[in-house]
Amino acid sequence: MRAGSPGERVRNERSPAAQAFRDAAFAGLIAFGLFLPLIGFLTGVNGSNQLILTTRWPLLFAFVVVVAVCRFTYCFARASRPAPQPASATAAPSFPQKLRGYFARWGIPCAIGFAIVYPFIVFVTAGASGGQKWIDNFGIQILIYVMLGSGLNIVVGLAGLLDLGYVAFYAVGAYSYALLAKTFGLTFWLLLPLAGILSSFWGILLGFPVLRLRGDYLAIVTLAFGEIIRLILINWTDLTNGYAGISGIPRPTFFGIPFNADDNGFAAIFGLEYTPLYRIIFLYYLILALALLTCFVTVRLRRLPIGRAWEALREDEIACRSLGINTTNTKLTAFAMGAMFAGFAGSFFAAREAFISPESFTFIESATILAIVVLGGMGSQIGVVIAAIAMIGGTEILRQLDFLQKIFGPTFDPTQYRMLLFGFAMVAIMIWRPRGLISTREPSIFLKERKTIAADLVKQGHG
Amino acid sequence: MEYFVQQLINGITLGSIYGLIAIGYTMVFGIIGMVNFAHGDVFMVSAFIALIAFLIVTTWLGISSVALALFIVLIAAMLFTSLINWAIERVAYRPLRGSFRLAPLISAIGMSIFLSNFVQVAQGPRNKSIPPMVQGEFVLFKTNNFPVTLSYKQLVIWGVTAVLLLAFWYLVAKTPLGRAQRACEQDQKMAALVGVDVDRTISMTFVIAAALAAVAGTMYLMYYGVVSFSDGFVPGVKAFTAAVLGGIGSLPGAVIGGLLIGLIETFWSAYFSIDYKDVAAFSVLAITLIFLPQGLFGRPDVEKV
Repeated sequence: MRAGSPGERVRNERSPAAQAFRDAAFAGLIAFGLFLPLIGFLTGVNGSNQLILTTRWPLLFAFVVVVAVCRFTYCFARASRPAPQPASATAAPSFPQKLRGYFARWGIPCAIGFAIVYPFIVFVTAGASGGQKWIDNFGIQILIYVMLGSGLNIVVGLAGLLDLGYVAFYAVGAYSYALLAKTFGLTFWLLLPLAGILSSFWGILLGFPVLRLRGDYLAIVTLAFGEIIRLILINWTDLTNGYAGISGIPRPTFFGIPFNADDNGFAAIFGLEYTPLYRIIFLYYLILALALLTCFVTVRLRRLPIGRAWEALREDEIACRSLGINTTNTKLTAFAMGAMFAGFAGSFFAAREAFISPESFTFIESATILAIVVLGGMGSQIGVVIAAIAMIGGTEILRQLDFLQKIFGPTFDPTQYRMLLFGFAMVAIMIWRPRGLISTREPSIFLKERKTIAADLVKQGHG
Repeated sequence: MEYFVQQLINGITLGSIYGLIAIGYTMVFGIIGMVNFAHGDVFMVSAFIALIAFLIVTTWLGISSVALALFIVLIAAMLFTSLINWAIERVAYRPLRGSFRLAPLISAIGMSIFLSNFVQVAQGPRNKSIPPMVQGEFVLFKTNNFPVTLSYKQLVIWGVTAVLLLAFWYLVAKTPLGRAQRACEQDQKMAALVGVDVDRTISMTFVIAAALAAVAGTMYLMYYGVVSFSDGFVPGVKAFTAAVLGGIGSLPGAVIGGLLIGLIETFWSAYFSIDYKDVAAFSVLAITLIFLPQGLFGRPDVEKV
């Protein structure tokens, strides 16, 4: 579009370095304007509790220089690189075909095998105390999000219904488990399916009024529902104890054997020395089993008539209706299935933490799960797993970067940049790969031969 | 009765702020069909810029005239917020134009998270409160010892909102830029064919949206005297509700929707329960979208095959 504009001609006459320098100076000027108010000045509080301003010129200067240097490198590299040949765009991928075949066949079993032996690998490499952290913060955390991502993948990725309030069902599952377990003393194994059923009931209840809506409107209404449920959890203090949350939730047991230091606890019965480690390993395998079950069910559901109806609905609702598919039922089952897995994950979450409060079910949580689904490439099950590892594992790793404190001084706290980087990553991945990491899909059903469909040919998430 | 009138005054004030933000949503949705999720956070950023400008004006420059100080703060907030929103559109939304429908929305959600956390990291997580800028009030009438008052700051908000809406109406209805905007809203490809610079027009839309959000941010800071990094989300969703209620894409609809949401929220807090005031606003959003998706002044959305 820009080619042939006057700016382009002028650009060609200048040397690349001079042009890049001009661009960089301009970018630096804009960066100066952008960062001047919020980076250049710091609002603080003085002794008498009044707001005062201090300046941070060196920091502002550093930001401007970084932006300018990045812009210069980018422009200079682009200008000095020869123009790409049109033929190279269609050239075969350099990845060896044979290796790719092996990967397709053995990749998933290897990944599952790795997940099963993961706790042992961690113990060998990180020791008992370090290993506990790696299993709890990484393994369990990532698998919870794999499960949530798979559930939302049914709603967003398969049925194409954009849901921004998915965390509401997660909350329903968690509160169902917490309240029923504390009030009636029911066990985890009974409440796990019950929480799923209650959540899917809520999925239908909230799905029903929004059946007519599509796309962005649906997204905003589900966001409103999610917020309404959270506000009710905060304000209905008789039931939910409000902001203070519910504590002392019973933990899951190993076929009735609790994980505690008592004589009838897990460690005592099996003649082991008591550590909290056994419970964490048990929880890890529990969530691993649940996540695998979720992935398996989702993959199989796609091949059922209902799964094909979901995908048809995503691609074109009007065509879907004219082919005689009951869109009401199709949408409601998608909401109900998605909500059910969120309910499972929620009850596991409540059992693992033994404490829940509305703080855990904010909009950011919904956005995180949605980001996992979209960044993974909507509708792709492997994509969800990869994106969950990248997003959750990546942000959790920031907690472990103690060495940065040695570089930037003791007041530097990497965890406060967690959400900042998270937001940045969402934007960056969208620009880099708008269709997510796994953007090609195998067709669910095919005539004669199986062909891979390029992302451009499917609407995916048209809404 | 006195109580009712007082709540009416408070509701209109709150509604003016929502209306100004809602215009940003409705304009951007009208022109590129995207819910600019980060708009609420742009509003929050503008309130921070206004806060910093206020501190510079009062403590460093020592300007004591309230009107002059407010004017400088307003201009500074509008200028810097416009620049920020221009850069956001350039970096986060423009590369995704023509991509599939969800991509800009996800990018905007990411931007929203980025902005609020950027402010948290750059300025600290604490609430920032300032001494009141405009003090004093009129007593309109007084019965049974319940005075109905209209404070000067409410009057300033009404005045500034009215003046800016007039200027904004002039811009959209009478200038070449406004004509280009309306053309792009109807058909971007056709507008480009007849010589409208679509990219520039969309950029200008974001700049105008940010400038109006900055006015709202400054007014918010003046009215409440306190701002924190997390203040963008809820006003953002409420302003979006206002835009939807008025009919998304309709500019007068956004203003009237804003006033309605302000009134609903105020009266709900006054007569029912203040704890559930956000629930009231969100319920209005859900009910409107379910039963009246085209809003009060919007055109019905025709589904094409």
